[in-house]
Amino acid sequence: MLGPEADETGEVIVEISVTVNGETRTGDVEPRTLLVYWLRDDLRLTGTNIGCDTSSCGACTVHVNGESVKSCTMLAVQADGEDILTIEGLAPSEDELHPMQEAFRQNHGLQCGYCTPGMVMAAVSLLEENPDPSERDVRLGLEGNLCRCTGYHNIVKSVLACAAGETAA
Amino acid sequence: MIPAAFDYVRAGSAEEAIALLGEHGDEAKLLAGGHSLLPMMKLRLAVPSVLVDIGRVSDLSYITDGGDHIAVGALTRHRALETSDLLAAECPLLGHVAGEVGDPQVRHRGTIGGSLAHSDPASDLPAAVLALGGTLVAQGPNGSREIAAGDFFTGYFESALADDEMLTEIRVPKAPGAGWNYQKFNRRAQDWAIVGAAAVTVNGGTNVALVNMGSVPLRASAVEAALAGGASAADAAEQAAEGTDAPTDLNATPDYRNHLARVLTRRALEAAGVS
Repeated sequence: MLGPEADETGEVIVEISVTVNGETRTGDVEPRTLLVYWLRDDLRLTGTNIGCDTSSCGACTVHVNGESVKSCTMLAVQADGEDILTIEGLAPSEDELHPMQEAFRQNHGLQCGYCTPGMVMAAVSLLEENPDPSERDVRLGLEGNLCRCTGYHNIVKSVLACAAGETAA
Repeated sequence: MIPAAFDYVRAGSAEEAIALLGEHGDEAKLLAGGHSLLPMMKLRLAVPSVLVDIGRVSDLSYITDGGDHIAVGALTRHRALETSDLLAAECPLLGHVAGEVGDPQVRHRGTIGGSLAHSDPASDLPAAVLALGGTLVAQGPNGSREIAAGDFFTGYFESALADDEMLTEIRVPKAPGAGWNYQKFNRRAQDWAIVGAAAVTVNGGTNVALVNMGSVPLRASAVEAALAGGASAADAAEQAAEGTDAPTDLNATPDYRNHLARVLTRRALEAAGVS
């Protein structure tokens, strides 16, 4: 059992240790700290955006143990001991994009780009669960991610292109 | 939005969680997937002073064959229900309805026990378990008790669980080959149902449950009685709003909801093979 410990100001602080993009990261957090704020404000991983903050828009989507999750609706303490992947950890190297990122680039799957990190993370999770989706599967699979620019068509095209292996690995 | 401050305790077992609930009384809330509770805490609609995190009580995540029923651990996530071959074969309504909750991200975190204990009349799974005639197992300091789904939902966001009880298992009768259907009407993807209707044929009869037609998920008793009396699906569905108390919100008036209940019930019955 892990119990709360109050610091000198009386504030309850919990120590967490999380694998983030393959590295062990530790932190002292208030229990009410949302995962997205810990990632952005403490770890400075600002690729994960905050959109609606009400688990509707999906801009804050990251992977928890390989599955897409909205990081505005998870406490940082719930991530203790878990494996988190953010958009910063997706590409295989500094000068190479993940195939899904490349598919979005090639198919103009974004305009302003705000929803894109969450959209890409949701799309990667979708293909892990369903490697050969129909167009309908993609549209339903991305129902948790809102885009106000593209009308979704090129996003769907990007995901289908990635699934078909049309982008370099 | 960040929730109001609270103390956080992580339970390693159901027994430990129940002991912590006993210690903290109604000041404490159980945290499972958090996808119902955390949004309410952000809005200050729930302000618990202690959260007991049961998310790591992994022995309560299972879907097993219980002979005449399927037993589902309370911490089983929606995604596991949605993709369960056992449920698809023996109780397809439950797996299907789990796949209608929220969106993929929500289904990766949300749990069936959390959804039922939250007792939101607009949620999908409570009505599904009600239509199936499920049984809920609650564990408290003095052991476990079984609660029929029809007795579990006692009011708006209120259940029959005592402050020191935890929902541990959900049992749904096996019904391979039964007719079933779930109609969920909403205006936006990922939204709650404005109205929903679940129908399933069991033991020669037909059960119908309604989402968001009152302060609790409801059985459409008038429809069920009409069908039992020999009425056609279309005629029986006309009585779907009988005995309900549809809410008003920005999406719909009670009249509109009553209309939806009739139409969705007819569609659900017909799709379930009830003529």
